Parts: sequence; C-alpha cells; structure tokens
Amino acid sequence: MSEPFRIATGGDVKAGAPLTFMFDGVSYAGRAGDTLASALLAHGVHLVGRSYKYHRPRGVLSAGAEEPNALVGVDGGAGRFTPNLRATQVELHDGLVATSQNRWPSLAFDLGAVNSLGARFFSAGFYYKTFMGPRAAGLRAWKNVFEPIVRQAAGLGAAPTAPDPDRYAQFYTHCDALIVGAGAAGLAAALAAGRAGADVILCDEQARFGGSLLQERTATIDDAPASAWLEAALAALAAMPNVRMVARTQAFGHHAQNLVGLCERVGDRDSAASEGVRERLWQVRARDVVLATGAIERPLVFPGNDRPGVMLAEAARAYLARWGVAVGRRVLVATTHDSAYRVALDLRAAGVGVAGVVDLRDAPTGELVEAARGAGIRVLAGRAIKSTSGRLRIREARIGPVASTEAAQEERIACDALLMCGGWTPSVHLHAQSRGKLVWAPAIGAFVPGQAAAHVRSAGACNGAFGLAAALREGDAAGAAVAGGSARAYATAHDPPQTGARDIAPARSAAAKDKAFLDFQNDVAVEDVELAVREGMRSIEHVKRYTTTGMATDQGKTSNLNALEVAARALGKAVPEVGLTTYRSPYTPVTFGALAGASRGDLFDPVRRTPIDPWAQAQGAAFEDVGLWKRAHYFPRAGESMAQAVARECRQTRASVGLFDASTLGKIEVVGPDAAAFLEKMYTNPFAGLAPGRCRYALMLNEAGFVIDDGVVARLAPDRFHVTTTTGGAARVLHHMEDYLQTEFPQMKVWLTSTSEQWAVIAVQGPRARDVITPLVEEIDLSREATPHMSVREGRVCGFAARVMRVSFTGELGFEINVPSEHGRAVWEAVWAEGASREAVAYGTEAMHVMRAEKGYVIVGQDTDGTVTPDDLGLGWAIGKNKRDFVGKRSLARPDIVAAGRKQFVGLLTEDPAFVAEEGAQIVDARGGAGGAALGHVTSAYFSPALGRSIALALVANGRNRIGETLHIPIMGRTIAARVVAPTFHDPQGALLDV
Amino acid sequence: MLLIHCPYCDAARPELEFRYGGEAHVARPADPATVSDEAWAQYLYFRANPRGLHAERWRHIHGCGRFFNALRDTVSDRFVAVYEAGAPRPDAAETKR
Amino acid sequence: MAHAAHRSGEGPSLKFSALSVFFQGLRGNRDWPAQWRSPAPKSAYDAIIVGAGGHGLATAYYMAKEHGMRNIAVLDKGWLGGGNTGRNTTIVRSNYLWEESARIYEHAMRLWQDLSHELNYNVMYSPRGVMMLAHNHHDVQVFKRHVHANRLAGIDNEWLTAEEAKAFCPLLNIGRDIRYPVIGAALQRRGGTARHDAVAWGYARGADRYGVDIIENCEVVGIRRDAGGAVAGVETTRGFIATRRIGVVAAGHTSVVMAMAGVRMPLESYPLQALVSEPVKPMLNCVVMSNTVHAYMSQSDKGELVIGAGTDAYTSYSQTGGLHITLQTLDAICELFPAVRRMRMLRNWGGIVDVTPDRSPIIGKTPTPGLFVNCGWGTGGFKATPGSGHVFAHTVATGEPHPIAAPFTLDRFRTGRLIDEAAAAAVAH
Repeated sequence: MSEPFRIATGGDVKAGAPLTFMFDGVSYAGRAGDTLASALLAHGVHLVGRSYKYHRPRGVLSAGAEEPNALVGVDGGAGRFTPNLRATQVELHDGLVATSQNRWPSLAFDLGAVNSLGARFFSAGFYYKTFMGPRAAGLRAWKNVFEPIVRQAAGLGAAPTAPDPDRYAQFYTHCDALIVGAGAAGLAAALAAGRAGADVILCDEQARFGGSLLQERTATIDDAPASAWLEAALAALAAMPNVRMVARTQAFGHHAQNLVGLCERVGDRDSAASEGVRERLWQVRARDVVLATGAIERPLVFPGNDRPGVMLAEAARAYLARWGVAVGRRVLVATTHDSAYRVALDLRAAGVGVAGVVDLRDAPTGELVEAARGAGIRVLAGRAIKSTSGRLRIREARIGPVASTEAAQEERIACDALLMCGGWTPSVHLHAQSRGKLVWAPAIGAFVPGQAAAHVRSAGACNGAFGLAAALREGDAAGAAVAGGSARAYATAHDPPQTGARDIAPARSAAAKDKAFLDFQNDVAVEDVELAVREGMRSIEHVKRYTTTGMATDQGKTSNLNALEVAARALGKAVPEVGLTTYRSPYTPVTFGALAGASRGDLFDPVRRTPIDPWAQAQGAAFEDVGLWKRAHYFPRAGESMAQAVARECRQTRASVGLFDASTLGKIEVVGPDAAAFLEKMYTNPFAGLAPGRCRYALMLNEAGFVIDDGVVARLAPDRFHVTTTTGGAARVLHHMEDYLQTEFPQMKVWLTSTSEQWAVIAVQGPRARDVITPLVEEIDLSREATPHMSVREGRVCGFAARVMRVSFTGELGFEINVPSEHGRAVWEAVWAEGASREAVAYGTEAMHVMRAEKGYVIVGQDTDGTVTPDDLGLGWAIGKNKRDFVGKRSLARPDIVAAGRKQFVGLLTEDPAFVAEEGAQIVDARGGAGGAALGHVTSAYFSPALGRSIALALVANGRNRIGETLHIPIMGRTIAARVVAPTFHDPQGALLDV
Repeated sequence: MLLIHCPYCDAARPELEFRYGGEAHVARPADPATVSDEAWAQYLYFRANPRGLHAERWRHIHGCGRFFNALRDTVSDRFVAVYEAGAPRPDAAETKR
Repeated sequence: MAHAAHRSGEGPSLKFSALSVFFQGLRGNRDWPAQWRSPAPKSAYDAIIVGAGGHGLATAYYMAKEHGMRNIAVLDKGWLGGGNTGRNTTIVRSNYLWEESARIYEHAMRLWQDLSHELNYNVMYSPRGVMMLAHNHHDVQVFKRHVHANRLAGIDNEWLTAEEAKAFCPLLNIGRDIRYPVIGAALQRRGGTARHDAVAWGYARGADRYGVDIIENCEVVGIRRDAGGAVAGVETTRGFIATRRIGVVAAGHTSVVMAMAGVRMPLESYPLQALVSEPVKPMLNCVVMSNTVHAYMSQSDKGELVIGAGTDAYTSYSQTGGLHITLQTLDAICELFPAVRRMRMLRNWGGIVDVTPDRSPIIGKTPTPGLFVNCGWGTGGFKATPGSGHVFAHTVATGEPHPIAAPFTLDRFRTGRLIDEAAAAAVAH
C-alpha cells in the first residue's frame, strides 16, 4: 500500500520493509521509526478524533506531547488496552491496533455531532444551571435521568476492563546533574557537565535525542550541519562513562529537594527488548537540575481553527524532516512569528505547494521573511484567518484584514493544510513545580522562569531564550556551572533571528460561523471564557474551572496562555494581573502501573511469618492477617467447620493441653540501673517491688490517659526486664518508650532493645501443660511452689537457652516458652511430640480469643478503642497507688475522665444462650431498638465451649452498676435481651491458675 | 520525599528512614500532678503550628534510632537547621546549612 | 450600580433553569449576570467570616438567610473556593461512629439532598453509595460497630459480604490472592459525591443575593481587640475593617489566623494529596474507601478517576507532598482494581488540612469575646459543608452554639470529653 504523502525517507524513519498497522479497522503500511501520527499523515489521514463536547472532527495538531486532539485507544491484546494515548507519541510497531475515541458509529459519521447544533445551549458551566428537575422530585431527576446521561456522554476513551498483565519497574538513583531535554540546550549542558566530570543523567521524552535539531536542515554549528553536530555530540556523550542517556523518558514531576520523577517507556514498542517491563519509574535525587525543556508553539485563535488539517506550523516541519511526510499538497501558513517562515521555506524546498503566509503583523521584516518572499512565497501581511471550511478536513480559508469584520473584504484561499504559529510558550512546568518564580516577558508574551527556589536552572527556549545560538550558549553555561567547568563558545550560522508579536486580537468576521477554540480537547472557545468573566469569574482559576479550559489530558499545554489572554482582555487587565494557574505534576500523564511498580500481591506489603509457621501450614491451618503477620487462625480437621474446629481446640486445651504459637508478641528487653524506674513511668503498675523471677501484667497509657497497650513485664534481674507487648503494638510501644527515654527522661540509664524476632514463643496451656514440658526443660524446677503463677525462669528447653514464663491467657495452668527463633520450630515439634500422648491440641488465634474472653481478659484494640481508661476496664488495680507520676496519670484526673457514667467493661449473657451477639452491636436499655440511645456496644462475642452457651464482653455506660440488669441488643430487625454480668465467665476465682 | 540530615549520623537520608515527632520543645511538666487542667491541655494538645519556621522533632527510626530536632520552613519544606535533642532552638538568622 | 438588579433575594435575579439556559442561549448567552459581585470592603460589618471556602460561604449564606444578617462580609486571601474546597475528592457520607459526629454529618447529609434546589445551582450531589472495605477481622469489628451505631441512630449503613460488595461494585477485586483480600464492606447508599466548585459557587451566589459582600484577594493580617479583649475588627491587605464578630473558617490556616488574636489552637496542618486520572467512559459506579490499604477512589461525572491519599507525615503549608505518598496510594488502588493499572495519572495536587487531636472539628466560641472558630475538619470537611455552615451560622449569629455543634467545643480538650473518631474508627477520611 502506497503512502501518498511520504515524500522522503531518512530522519527517524528507516528504509526497508514497511510495517502494518490498523486504525479504526483499516489496515495501513508504516515505517519503523514512525509514530502513529506520522504514519497516518503519510496516508493523508488527518481526521483522527472527535472532540469532548461537540464531537467536532479533529485532526493531528502537533508532533509531540502537547497534542490535544489525536487521542487513540491502543489495543495490545488481553488486558493491554490503553485509552487516550497521543498518536504523536505512540511509536509504530508491526501489528499495532489503534482506534479513535468518543464517536459513534464511526469517526467520519458521528451521531454525537448533533451536540454542535445545540452548542449555544452548552455554554460554559451550563450544567450548573440545569438538570435539577422539579424540587418536589428531590434528587431523582439528577440521579436517575441527567447524571447517567452526562456520565455516558463524558469520558474520552473506553475504560480498561481486564487486569493488566504487564510488569512495571522502579529505579532510584542519584546524580550531580539531571538534564531534562536533549535538544540543543540540553546537549550543550550535558557536554559541558560531562566534560567537567560530573555524574550526569540526560533524559528526553522522545525516542531520539536532538529536539528541534532533528528537523533542522539549514543551520550550522561550528561550521557543521546541525545534523552532523548532533551526531558528533551524541557520540561524544556516549563515550563519557559519567553520562547516562535515557530516551523515551519524561521528567514529569519535581519534588522537594530535587527529587525528580521520570517515567521511561520501555516495552510497548518492542517487548523483546524490554525483558517484559512496560514502563520504568525513575526517582532521581539530583544535586542540580538543568531544565532544557524547550517551548511549545501556540495555536492561533480564529473561527474554525479546529478543523482537521489545521496544525501547528513547526509540527509540519517536523513531519517533513523527521518522517518524510508532507502534511498536505497545498498548505497555507498563518503566523505572528518569524519561525513559521522557516516552515514555509522547508516545505517549499521539499516541493510542497505553499499557498502563502498570512502574517498578522502589519509589516513583517527580517531575514526569514525576506527569504520567503525571495523564494516566491506570497506573504499576506496585516491579515488574519477569518474562518475555515471543509467537513472532515480543511478545504479553504478566508483571509481578511486583522481588524476587519466585513466578509466582503475577505479573500478565499484553497488549502488542504493550514499551519499556524501564534508564538512560543516556554515549558516552565518543572521550574514552576520546583517553586521557582515566574515572570511575565512581554516581548514574547509568555511567562519565563524567574528566581529559582531550588538548585534548578533553565536553559534555552524554556528560559525564553529562543534560537539555536541562545540554546547552545545557555545550555553550555548551565552545564559548566553545575559541574564547575568552564564555558565554551559555539559558532552558529544560517540560523536567522526570529521574533514575533503578541496582543494581536483579530476581529471576528461577521461571516464566521464556527467557534474560535482555545482548548481543543475540552471544546472551550473564546465565548466560553468571555461568558465566564461576564458571570463573575475573575480569577483565572475560576475561569479555568468554570470553562474547563486547560483541564483536559493535555493540561492546556497549547491553550493556557491563549485562554489567559482572552480572559485578561475580557477583564480589562494585563495578563500578569490576572495570574496564572498552578503547574501541577505530572507534565504528561503517567501510568498508574509505573507508579505502583512491582508492589502487588505478596510484594504489596511484607509478609511476616513465625518460625513455627511452616508447621502450621503443614497441618492445614487457616490463616488470618494481623497487621503484617499471617497467623494461624484455627486448625480444621477434615470436614470440620471453623466453629467446630475452634470448639474442639478450646475444649481440648481446657481438658488436657493446647499449644499456641505466640511468637508474634512484641518483646522488648529493658536493661539498666534505672530500668524499673523507667518502666514505672511507662506503665501504670509499680515495678520497684517486683522481685527478680516474677512477672506482672502491665497496662500502658498514652499521655491522654487512654489504654494503648498491655503485656507482661518479667523481671529477670534487678536491672533487666523482659517486656511483652501486643502483636500489633510492638513497634509502636518501642517508639513510645524511646521517645520518653530520649526526650523526657534522658538522665535515666536504660537501654531498650527490640527482641520480638529473637524469641519464638510457644504457649503451652492446660491442666497437663506441666506434664508436657517437664521432660524437655532443664535447670528449672517447674513445680507449683518453685515456679508459681506469674513467674519467669531462665534455663534450657530441648537443650537451648530459654526463658520460661508461667503466665496464662486462657485461665489454665500455662507456660510460655521463649527460645531463640532459629530453634522455635524444633522446640515446638518436641513439645508437640511430648503432647501426643497427653491429647495435646494446637490452637489458633480464634480459640485463643474465645478462651481469654471466657476469662474476661481484655484485648487492647478489640475491647478498647483508644477512649478507654484503666478504670473503665475495671483494671484500676493495675495502677500503682503510690506512684506520683506515670505517662497518662495526670489525664486520668481530668473532669470528664472522673465523671460518672463512663462506659465500663462488663460481661453479657444473652437470654437465648444459642444466640451469639455480633461484635459491634449496640446496647440499649429499652426494648424497641432503633431510636433508643446507645448505652454502649458489644466488643467481643463468642460461643463458649466451656459454658456451653454464648458469651459477650461489652462497654456499657455505668456498666458495673448495672450488673444484674437486662439490657437489649438490636440486631437486624430483632432485639435480643441480655443480662449484664461481671466480665469473668470461667473459673472466676482463678483456682485453675494455682495448680 | 524529604531528604533529612541526621545530626548524629551526619548524613542526609530519605524521609522514609525517619519518623516525624511533632512540635519540638514542648516539655512535659516536671510534676504533672501540680499542673492545672488548662495547662495540662496546653501541653497535651495545643500547638504553634506556624506558617514559616517550625521547630520539630524527628527520629531516625530506621537508622541510628535517635530523636533530634529540626528547624524547617513549613512553606517551602526547606530544612534550615538540625540539632540534637535537648539543645536549644538555634537562632534562625545564624543557621545556614 | 451595575449589579443592582442582581442584588439580594429581593432583586429580579436570573433563575437558573433549563428554560433560562435555552432562552439565554438563543440570545447568545449575552445576558447572564455576574453570579456574585466584587465589592470593595466597607469600613464596618456586623460580622466578618474569614475564609471564603465552602464552609465560610455556607456560614454567611445561612447567617443571611436564617438569621437575617445582611451586613456581613466573607474575606479571602485568594479566590473563593480556592483552598480545600477546590482540592478535595468530593466524598459525602454520614456514617460516623460517635453520636455527636453522626448527628452533624447527618445534618449535612439532609441539607445535601436538597442543596441544588436550595441554591438554584446544580451541585451534582450524586448519592451513588460509599463503600468502605474491610480486609481483616479488626476492620470487620470496627465497620460493623459503625453499621449498628448508625442504624440505631436512623442513619443508613449496611454490611455487605465480599461477594455482595463485588456485586455492588463490579470493578472491585475480591480475589483471595491479593495481599489483603476484601472480606466484607460497609455501604452507605446515600453517600456519594458532589461537584466541589459548584458548592462554593452556589453558596457564593446565594449569599451574594442576600447582600453578603464576598471580598476576594483580601488577606487578614491582624485581629484588633478592644481594651476589654473583645474583637474590634480585622486588619487586612485592603485596610482595617471594623466588626464585633469574627468567624474564622480558615481550614489549614486557622492556627495562623487565630494566632493574630493570641489564641493557640489544638491543630496541626498537614499536606493531603489527591490525584485524578485521564477521563474514560464509566467504569466505577460508587465511592470505594479502604483504610487498611490507605486509598479511596470514585469516578467523576467527567470520567476521571478521583483518588485520595493519606496525609504526609509532617506539618506543612506547602500544598505539595511527597511522591512516595502518591506511589503508595496507587499501589493500593492497583491492588484493589487491577484493571486500572493502564490508566494514567493526569493531575496530582495537595491541600492543607487542619487536624485536631481527636479528628473531630472545633465549632464554637473561643476565649476571645466575639471570636468564633470553625475548624479541624481534617481530611473530611467537604462532606460537612452545608451542615457545618448551617450550625456555625447559628453560633456566630446568636453567640451560642447550635445544639448539634455544642459537643464540638474547644473546651473538650481540657475536660477530656473527646470525640475520637480516629481512635474509634481508625478511619482517616
């Protein structure tokens, strides 16, 4: 298949066998090196999309990242559909399948275009004024009728529906100088910094380095053609080991202290070369950043400036030079700036018909203008485009005097492409993101970088310094400055100076029918901005939000300044007085997958497993997530439900013995001469009198007086404690202790060490616990007298150094064996083997919860919620009566903490013993449920195997005084009666502990 | 991701190694029992929260583990000084790092 | 003056309706009046609201409408609605745990239902359902507690199994192979989203029609007090304005404004970031929140996925935050919705949220006579906008707290009667 508009090869496109691709179901040939846009233009296809609101036909506007119109969906197979890609950035590969968007049934015939007929009713913000329906209908009109229509009509591309199978990588690095943009300025900066020995990263959003040098055919640098200089520069940089060059890489965001986010497109074009990675996120911490991001050409604002075939002038030059594509056979150029003459000359030189250059300036002069005239190109000075025509492609433009509104004065010029240039806008995005100041440069009608806030400097066009010589000079100076090198001079020639004019607002022709668009993608026209101003939107942010100008996927790269000028004119103010909207990250859209990287599945968060975990897995345990931990929840046997398994585990533990993996408990070794005094500050309890070898249940409060953790404090020696914390609290408690130790009590001689992962903990609980472990324990007398409840002994278990604590979270005789983690599994298996003959059972966290609830032991975080004091829990006994101070003590004396009526921890027994209340259920004092004020809520509820009935724990207002009362629990339409009882259901005297 | 200079390690490290600790120089009353409810509430909850220079605590929790203080401009997030816990707040004028 | 026809409830202002859009359209949209005036500040007002965000504008609106105060002004250092009002993820819900909180958010919820008609401005309140995901047993306990507490108070909230959650929101991944599988969800069907800018504009237009002066680009730089310590007026970048009554509704900047009156606040201001994707056709029909994996997402009527993150770790007024926060948020979003990984982040921004120790707002009097404050809405203020304005209007106008606002005193930090949504719910938003 021929490519009628491909008039040359070279530049980016390679000779050789053509590639095949599909666009909207039609197969086309393209070339390696093409973008989708260049390949389509080679076939004369300009119509590539429909606009957001009016569904107007739209063509390729640009050749780069600023493209607002040519958005396509690319379908790479299952899970690989990507909407809203810019055809100007999609690199062609064989078999590429792309479709246009926002049209039905087809691009050429789009029913949505009827919206154009009603355009006058779809003015800026019209949706705020209507779609509300009658007041009596409430929200129904909006919710059921209008919103669904709006939602279906909005949105651009189709949404991806399948999980994305691709991989994304992330990469962190440092450098002395990050140079963003590899045009003339960036290359000169990289050469200077690289030569001076700096560690340099040079990145560019495009597949090839060179920026505008890639389309430069006349200028010379140091007497060599620009292309030859470019080749030499790239070779020189490639030879520098201290320079990293990354193409296809967009610097999208600048963050505090020169952290710059880059996104590298790796895989879409050639999956073989990418090792399966589609994109790579770079986070670069740069000592210095040099921005050489160039400038973006500005469209002209005239009626019908959105027709396919109307393009940015420099884009046509790029398509010609880089991809050998003529954007038309007879092109018309319209400009306020000299640079468009260069385009006309290049096109003419390539044999493309140039219908003329319409220059809005009254008397354009200068080398390029004269060159155009000399080449026989017609120059229409003081003229503007008044309107265009053509259904799916421009066919004709009407030209008239700038200030004229009279159709009679207009000349009609036939053309198949209209190239426009309204001057250039420096790409100051990253400078602005780095909190650098922006200043208005009236000469170029744009904002340019002012005072930088960080180690960020701008060079070349992005700094408002246009032209090759300026780019090289500023780039070189920036590179030399950041690397401490010396500047050099580049000699340029055949690079005529280019100037332009601003503030030319052509009068609207009486004959013009079309809108003059500012934001092509969001269909925002001049009259929309004017309307917004008329309606009182005086801030440019209001104008932007009210009209949506600049809020499309191109984020206003081509439209923001035009819209600002229109708004300023409507407000009667100068542009800088109206202000500027914020330049937000990212510069161009960044794939979620690249930002998320490999963080998925098990890599989403670390998984913590205990040393005993493999044993539990082998036993077929069910696991639950507790923080980062995977904990054995219960150990079902074949055919058992969870409830059955848990009941069996509880019964067997209470009947004989149960083993529980408590390794996830937090452990902190507290050592030093002031250790006891320090713990007295950290916990409510007294510890001075705690004898070595004894343990104490301990409550930790925050300074506000609320319970935040609990555990066991075991005194190993006068100056050494083994302290346990809740599983979830381990890190938090250590931090809390360190905070006080380092900043409030620095005089105390105490050292804190986390030992959570040093010790595996095997809880052996039940009347036969002692029998099971005695054969394995050396150096410790486990008898009732020698090792009473709440004591700790150091010795050996299975030959390994161990700390054995006689503690119980079940209410049965219990031991917790702490052994070094690496021996945890071996000791567990040895205990398990000993238990085999004594009907031992392994139990999981659910049975642990049930048994502790039967005893009324609190679980911090379940029975408490950060608003509960020790007294609320009935744990006032844990407060050292003679302690003048501990963390949280003062807050316990605050008026509302000592007030009557606080919620207190109690037990509940439902009238129906089979009914297990739901945790979180509310408690009221009268039948009737809804409407009644809540007295509290159920914090824990289980079926108790020990009692053979349901039990619950609750926080109830004034609960301890209500013991014996019947309260009510409304649950899903029923109301359950329950009797308030003391929160200990099993062995309230604790006789079983003392055996 | 801020880059924070730990005065103990004498090294700049990414924010992820640190934990923020709120306003610095909020001293816990030496004898809380003697403090009024009002003064205690001030200690617990009330903060300067300035727009501008802020003396604040950080802990190099995934490094040396130690608490230190920093002066940071809360408008630009620029660190003006870091100093050891217990040291007085430096005079902003003479701190240029 | 040019805007006379538009002024105050009495004037023949142009009502918004399909008909007015039609007829104005026929006339080329030339005759739409300004939605609000741009008055110069007067030398004195009966009351001044500092901060023209949604809450401040709503306060002024209700002061004028329900309390008959017409000689009032709303001052803002920038453009109205330019703070957190224009930067949030627009979620509306009322399923808070504590009675005090649920009451005020429900008060707001009821006002949301009718707000478009009340203001004659389509704020696009869209009750599409807010679903909060549970990923572990603790989440289940916490959310079920919410469900029971809310239902008891007559506020809709229901528990869904993972399969029911998937049925309600087909995009959700409830596979067991993710790090924290979804094991259930709490759903408030009346919850949803609204169009944030329209809320500010609607209240501004409404207040302006009652004669309220909304004065933009007028920064308060000082609060003048009389010999007795009561407020006497504000110093602004546009001169001194006398008033005996000031309502500070300055969100992240509250500490700064209150410091001008020598009042220290229990507040810290943190960066809060959000982002949107490029727009696509409808793919997500509700609001989904997950506290365990720290993310929430909805899809705007425009088609953009609107995604909220957690706060940064440190206080800041920079209106920017760390890139790592964005990364962590998108980790979670991609884990819950694996089909969105090829979507692209279009815009990322930060706001400044004022956070109290108990994550509940402060609405009421201050130690300085005549000085009232409404702040501390933290990461969740947008949803409260109408209710917050309504009760605060009562407070400023009458000098006494509205019954619904009464628990949200500054004094609670002294007495210890906190309303701790953070501790109770572990839900930040």
